[in-house]
Amino acid sequence: MSDEIERSVDPPNAGTWNVVGKPRRRVDGRAKVTGQTKFADDLVLPNMLFCRLLRSPFPFARIKSIETTKAEGMPGVKLVLTGKDTPVTYGILPVSQDEHPLAQELVRHVGDPVAAVIATCEEEAQAACEAIEVDYEVLTTISTAEQAITTPEPQLHAYAQEGNVHKRVALQFGDVDEALENSAHVFEDVFFYEGNTHLPIEQHASLAEVDKDGNLTIWSSTQTPHYLHRAIARALEFEPHRIRVIATPNGGGFGGKSDPFNHELVVCKAALVLGRPIKITLNREEVFYCHRGRHPVQMKFRTGVDADGKITAMDLETLLDGGAYGSYGVASTFYTGALQTVTYKIPRYRFRGCRAFTNKPACGPKRGHGTVQPRFGQEIQLDKIAVALNKSPVDLRLNMLVEPDSLTANFLTVGTIALKECIEKVVTGSGFRERWGNLPEGRGLGLACSSYICGAGLPIYWNKLPHSGVQLRLDRMGSVTAFCGATEIGQGSDDVLALLVAEVLGLDPQDIHLRTGATDITPVDLGSYSSRVTLMMGHAAIEAAQRARALIAEAVALKLEVPKGRLVFAGRRVFDSQDPEVGMTFREAVVEGETLHGTLGTTGSYRPPRSPARFRGGGVGPSPAYSYSATVVEVEVDPDTGWIAVDKIWIAHDIGRSLNPTLVRGQVEGSVYMGLGEALMEESIFRRLPGKLSPALVHKFPSMLEYKSPTSLDMPEIVTYLIEEPDPKGPFGAKEVGQGPLLPIMPGVANAVYDAVGVRVDENPITPEKILKALEAKRKGKEPRYGPKSFPEIPWEDPFCVSPPWEGGDGTADNAPQRKRAATKEVYR
Amino acid sequence: MSTTTPGKLLASFQVNGEEREVAFAPHETLLEVLRERIGLTGTKHGCELGECGACAVLVDGEPVLSCLLLGLECEGRQIETIEGVQRGSELHPLQASLADLGGSQCGYCTPGVIMTAKALLERCPSPTRPQIEEALSGILCRCTGYLQIFESVEEAAATLRAEASS
Repeated sequence: MSDEIERSVDPPNAGTWNVVGKPRRRVDGRAKVTGQTKFADDLVLPNMLFCRLLRSPFPFARIKSIETTKAEGMPGVKLVLTGKDTPVTYGILPVSQDEHPLAQELVRHVGDPVAAVIATCEEEAQAACEAIEVDYEVLTTISTAEQAITTPEPQLHAYAQEGNVHKRVALQFGDVDEALENSAHVFEDVFFYEGNTHLPIEQHASLAEVDKDGNLTIWSSTQTPHYLHRAIARALEFEPHRIRVIATPNGGGFGGKSDPFNHELVVCKAALVLGRPIKITLNREEVFYCHRGRHPVQMKFRTGVDADGKITAMDLETLLDGGAYGSYGVASTFYTGALQTVTYKIPRYRFRGCRAFTNKPACGPKRGHGTVQPRFGQEIQLDKIAVALNKSPVDLRLNMLVEPDSLTANFLTVGTIALKECIEKVVTGSGFRERWGNLPEGRGLGLACSSYICGAGLPIYWNKLPHSGVQLRLDRMGSVTAFCGATEIGQGSDDVLALLVAEVLGLDPQDIHLRTGATDITPVDLGSYSSRVTLMMGHAAIEAAQRARALIAEAVALKLEVPKGRLVFAGRRVFDSQDPEVGMTFREAVVEGETLHGTLGTTGSYRPPRSPARFRGGGVGPSPAYSYSATVVEVEVDPDTGWIAVDKIWIAHDIGRSLNPTLVRGQVEGSVYMGLGEALMEESIFRRLPGKLSPALVHKFPSMLEYKSPTSLDMPEIVTYLIEEPDPKGPFGAKEVGQGPLLPIMPGVANAVYDAVGVRVDENPITPEKILKALEAKRKGKEPRYGPKSFPEIPWEDPFCVSPPWEGGDGTADNAPQRKRAATKEVYR
Repeated sequence: MSTTTPGKLLASFQVNGEEREVAFAPHETLLEVLRERIGLTGTKHGCELGECGACAVLVDGEPVLSCLLLGLECEGRQIETIEGVQRGSELHPLQASLADLGGSQCGYCTPGVIMTAKALLERCPSPTRPQIEEALSGILCRCTGYLQIFESVEEAAATLRAEASS
């Protein structure tokens, strides 16, 4: 990461790009349409054994004894593992290393693994699992966040902040109470966002082996091979340099394959014990137990506005139902309060968030991680404010957009912001100004906006290392191979890597060989999460390619006797810009380079800029850039049945620059689709079995049939606008697109329902039942609304107080120690 | 169908036009026979309960969910999987259009989409958008939002019609 390569919006060949911005077949497209892409469960090794897990039937219980003798003697059984074989904890965040590969004393949700059987086939392994006898002492089930915060015992985790409160956080930027008191109006609203899950079509699968040298390899459907690598080294106490993690292409992830998982550690452990390859493929029910999906969140917004409707202050409280483990939960909690400030100016801001442990599968990061739920509340509340003040929801927003190149109250650095253009596109396209409020009863339009990070500004393990690295090798055959730890989960990370290297070297993306997501040969990339790959890997790729280009250009310049600054790399040739006939093929150019310099290899790295936030808790939210989205949703609601149909969606996304528009559009529409699923039908809900049968708290819908998601028949027309305002912090100006466009959909639907039938549904998903109840309330003259009545009392700590930049703040808290400085030394245990 | 080792059957199918004789247990589904006995892993699974559609293959030209069909029900029948769609080293128009137009992101539902769309286009060379939506309604895709899949099928249909008329 030297300064020799200047990162700019316009790298070489500016304005004459051959690849950037052109709709193209993705580089891995051929493999995917021929069925040749090898997903984890497609891998087969000679002498392979199969693993099945015995899972807890109780939501919360103490394991009194486990009897495995009978199982061990069953046909085909090679090994039975229990918690005593896996005593060391792991977890994705350093602050919540609270999971075990197999349960120790406690099981904390239905589906928590208790034992593993390795056998010659899955059927034998399953039969032996059923022969294991576990004696449980059933404990009182903690089923909701509200119950958790008032029920300290039995405690799920001894390390919790207090009882079953995992973590409470409180931050304040300026005197919010004073600002609210002096506001022309204060709006107080409570919302609830039900949990939901990723539902990738590929079930998680892993294959582990100990190779001929005694080293451990795992192939796994993971979005984060580097973090899995760390977890294996820790939990299995195995030297990290003797492990390689290979992330197979993921058959969809959406955040659901971002944690290290118990099944991954179990097959590694079994491979180490037996010395044979071990495979596990989860069934669909088990995928629901892995979960790490959207947290159910209760929210309370108190928002002050002036007479014009401009926000004066916001006071936000959130309560997250975290499920049974930490996962990314501390980060999720901070994310529920992080990004309110990057869309509309909020002069003073207070955020208090609480995450509780409950006896359900752990919640974690799903597309839009933690920011989706409060965005639902924020955008609905703005709609209510507009209606109450008799203002247009468009002008209300346009009147208070965050300025480009500014700092927010909570010290987030906003660079480019094309939200105004996004709003104008969808408002014009949908005829919102003319049609909103004027459509016939039953038909309505809703506007909503949002923002998302382009990569987390801080790594999960604080250190000063690069977040992404790319290595290139070039040789005399003209071949170029790019190595990067980035992980292809369907979003197109392989395509971004190939296209950026190809653009800089004047090649076709298909010319670039790729080796990605393999921790023995690829430089570390932190993984496919937080919308970080295009920006972070992109910069590393450009840096590596520019260095390779410089080496080659030096040799070619000598050979052709042309100043190297005049050389152009394009069309698989290197030539003189002033006389294109003078030049050579790319392969010949590499030969010249290898002749002059010896073996050719270059590297590139990327580390995000330092955040001005210096207070504790300021590590969540900073990003090199923020993407913006706006949507208008058109719905039809049947006032007799509450049935809701989404007819059309206009969505505009501030992409910075669209590297491959085909893929960018796919990410936008895929986000809209997933947002519609969340808005209309998807929910992870649980029920208690009748007490006589079992006290279990079980998934109502642990199957794809019953967990409803939109099919091809449910998709409305989508009009997509890509707003290209290049961001100097992005590679060729690009920003993220994988997550941001999901965020405005749910509040857009809710706001459209209000326009259609005049009722508010302040709870997601927005189902016909809820609409009908709100309509009934309206008919009876009650508040025309469905949603939570109140927000629970939470004993908040005094917040860390940080003065906003415009009140003289320097990013440190007035009443708390500064954020810990980044560790310079890595500790693995 | 003959019995080989205890508990196993020996059956033969036409898979992508080739005769295959396979030994498998009677409870094994066509999906398991294809993936685990024959090694054709292009056919995917997302639930093994007939809910997701990822495992769709053609049996005697009709799309079926291979996770719901027993291997022994297929004896003597013609089975077509994603591995049989390519034309030599060239992509079938459906494969080309899905790859070109964003119809395949993670690629996991793609084999099921292609097999189902292929059956549609064979019986209906000029499908309307609602006909495409209907034909693909049993296959869940979590990535694309379906629209680019629909467009890919329409493009392939046009290519196939042009081929047929030339």
